[in-house]
Amino acid sequence: MKNGLPPSPSKTTLSYKTRFGRLGQYGLLIAFLGICLTLSLITPRFFTVQNLMIIVTQVSINALLAFGVTFIIITGGIDLSIGSMVAVTGVAAASFAHPDTYPVVVPVVIGLLAGLLFGAFNGFVITRSHVPPFIVTLGTMTIGRGLALILSKGRPISNLSDSFNFIGGGKILGVPTLIVILIVAFIGCSVLLKKTVIGRYMYAVGGNEQAARASGIPIGKVKLVVYTLGGLLAALAGILLTSRITTGQPNAGQGFELDAIAAAIIGGTSTSGGTGTMTGTLLGALLIGVISNGLDLLNVTSYYQEVVMGAIIIGAVVLDSMNQTNKN
Amino acid sequence: MIPQAYILEVTDLTKTFSGIKALDAVQLHVRKGEMHALMGENGAGKSTFMKLLIGLLTPDSGEILFEGASMKATSVHDVLQKGIAMIHQEMLNVPELTVAQNIFLGRETAGGLFRWLDDSNRNKQAAELLAHMGVSIPPDTKMKHLSVAQMQMVEIAKAISNDVKVLIMDEPTSALADAEVTILFGIIRELTQKGVAIIYISHKMDEIFTIADTITVLRDGQYIGTHPATDLNENSLIKLMVGRELDRLFPESTTPPGAEVLSVRQLGRKGAFSDINFAVHAGEVLGLAGLMGAGRTEVTRAIYGLDPLHTGDIHLKGQPVTINSPQDAIRLGIGYVSEDRKQLGLIPALSVKYNITLGSLSNHADGGFIRSQRESTAAVDVMADLQIKATGPDQPVVYLSGGNQQKVVIGKVLQANPVVVLLDEPTRGIDIGAKSEIYKLIHELKASGIAIILISSELPELLGLSDRVLVLAKGKQTALLSKEDATQETIMRYAMQP
Repeated sequence: MKNGLPPSPSKTTLSYKTRFGRLGQYGLLIAFLGICLTLSLITPRFFTVQNLMIIVTQVSINALLAFGVTFIIITGGIDLSIGSMVAVTGVAAASFAHPDTYPVVVPVVIGLLAGLLFGAFNGFVITRSHVPPFIVTLGTMTIGRGLALILSKGRPISNLSDSFNFIGGGKILGVPTLIVILIVAFIGCSVLLKKTVIGRYMYAVGGNEQAARASGIPIGKVKLVVYTLGGLLAALAGILLTSRITTGQPNAGQGFELDAIAAAIIGGTSTSGGTGTMTGTLLGALLIGVISNGLDLLNVTSYYQEVVMGAIIIGAVVLDSMNQTNKN
Repeated sequence: MIPQAYILEVTDLTKTFSGIKALDAVQLHVRKGEMHALMGENGAGKSTFMKLLIGLLTPDSGEILFEGASMKATSVHDVLQKGIAMIHQEMLNVPELTVAQNIFLGRETAGGLFRWLDDSNRNKQAAELLAHMGVSIPPDTKMKHLSVAQMQMVEIAKAISNDVKVLIMDEPTSALADAEVTILFGIIRELTQKGVAIIYISHKMDEIFTIADTITVLRDGQYIGTHPATDLNENSLIKLMVGRELDRLFPESTTPPGAEVLSVRQLGRKGAFSDINFAVHAGEVLGLAGLMGAGRTEVTRAIYGLDPLHTGDIHLKGQPVTINSPQDAIRLGIGYVSEDRKQLGLIPALSVKYNITLGSLSNHADGGFIRSQRESTAAVDVMADLQIKATGPDQPVVYLSGGNQQKVVIGKVLQANPVVVLLDEPTRGIDIGAKSEIYKLIHELKASGIAIILISSELPELLGLSDRVLVLAKGKQTALLSKEDATQETIMRYAMQP
């Protein structure tokens, strides 16, 4: 994928290298390609169109969530409630997606609206209360799970319309809708982060909040925007997941927040804020996807997979911090 | 006096960062019991040099002899063991621990069956140590309750308790009042009499000539020379440091002030200041004088909307205005350069360009989308105007010297086209060359009709730049002096008033 490549050498090369760890992103790309190559050598089933499609489809939900969490982490925050938001928005959408009730836009809009409100609520409480985002979103994570169970009365919501099920399960010109949506969301998020005023403000807030405030940046607004974006992207993921499994599951999305945060961190987003790219996050999500797919193909049980995944998260951050130390 | 033996001999020390020589074949020879000043502009390589000495960095080449033996510094701990300690510009201590615990940090003693920490004994030792230095700080006070000066004393006590032989002090007086400086100098003299060598970094000329025996000068990472302090005077030293004669430090003011731009009435903020009244005119510099804690910074912070006001009102060009946030202030045309550029001025990880345009980004954007070309042009122009030295607009601002960082902050503020600029200690911690450039800049701003409120603790600077001086003492204004009436003596008299 062309967008997965680091920026081409230009006048801004230096800034990318120094600020966003171009070496780090190259390293990630090389690791990713290396693993793909190894897997295609070990198992012939890996490098097939069918399997690659499976990987990207599996990755897409996590990647969408990771895009949202990347905005948030760049501002120096964190969002633990996105897994719960996947469930709430999925259940909310499913409630309006039974056949012959409403046109398909209705569940989609309701799902997105639910995510938007949920995310905005996170942002509102965080900016108003000055309670750390970790605590606030830990609370809303539990609230969200409860809401999903209340809305669904604790039962999965099935019997959804074909047009709704198409959203996450269909194909456009032979390409799974999930992949199309992923690409569109990636481009949208990248542009927002790199080319807009609000995107620049995100880096500033995460880089030095006090100085950002003194520079006249509306800190509260920036935070409200990133948590709302996190909610919207979680809603998108929730709708796609519900559509794909053709059921609104109140228990869906458990632990998704951790996978999303892992993808962002592996992709080079610093948890202390101020750095990160969408390209890195996408690569991080792909890397996680390829490794778990490879381990599946190699018949490694899921217990071991968890151990491997944890080791990779730590390894990625250790490599990154070593890289940083070398540069200083 | 017979010259003592060299305790520290540094030859041809070289250190390169990503291809750029930060230090190039630097020499330093320090005798036992010598007060050795290391001088140079910011960016001359003093900090890098000291980091090499204390083992925070490893040199590319060159040799360090300590007591005649080659010192291969492997860690800060090693160097400390040998007897070289540094008192940092930024205090490094554990605020939640007591004075005694900080002094003996890493050397805790324990006894008894359960290895209880022996705090009472350590408290006693710490008290003796501090009493010996002539300072009275209770050893069981938590570090966070101390003043900067007291913390400094504790740092020195820590170094002495470590049986220090070479003590490096980086700008130790930058946060001290005069009385505290006197105490510090007394301690330094006592240490040198005991044979401790001091390497002293400072930008304050008068200090250097008061206490230094020998002066080594660095410039742009190069070794310029070592001279007995008695062979130099202020002018010859500055010449060595900057490599050229400085222009007249304070340019003559020619333009008369214009119309009133900003006025405040009965400004008050609980616990900080009250009943502040003044007006500042176009093309005028109003100096704010006062001792530490007089409320100067607090007044400017409140005007800029960083802290809320409790009483009073602000008029801008005759119109009453409400300022609840820096955003409001910037929109109204008020610019602010903080005394603390690391905390409030810069986003360190972002580039010079991004820092410059940060406060005025919407001017370089259409519909929320940044026009990169426009942004770059603006940043490059500012860099040229203010002579900001960087590898380019994309260099992260954290790698710039203090003076250049300050220019970036000023550039950012000017980008928003302010009518009033609040400058809080604009030359703190920057070298003489950069200082004179900032003075020139202030004059250019004046000439262009901007009203300026200037805070400076350096009275010659304040007097040289200000058209009028407002003196504050303990949160109240005690005098508003015209240029003719404002002398160091009158200002100090009003600043000390109750």
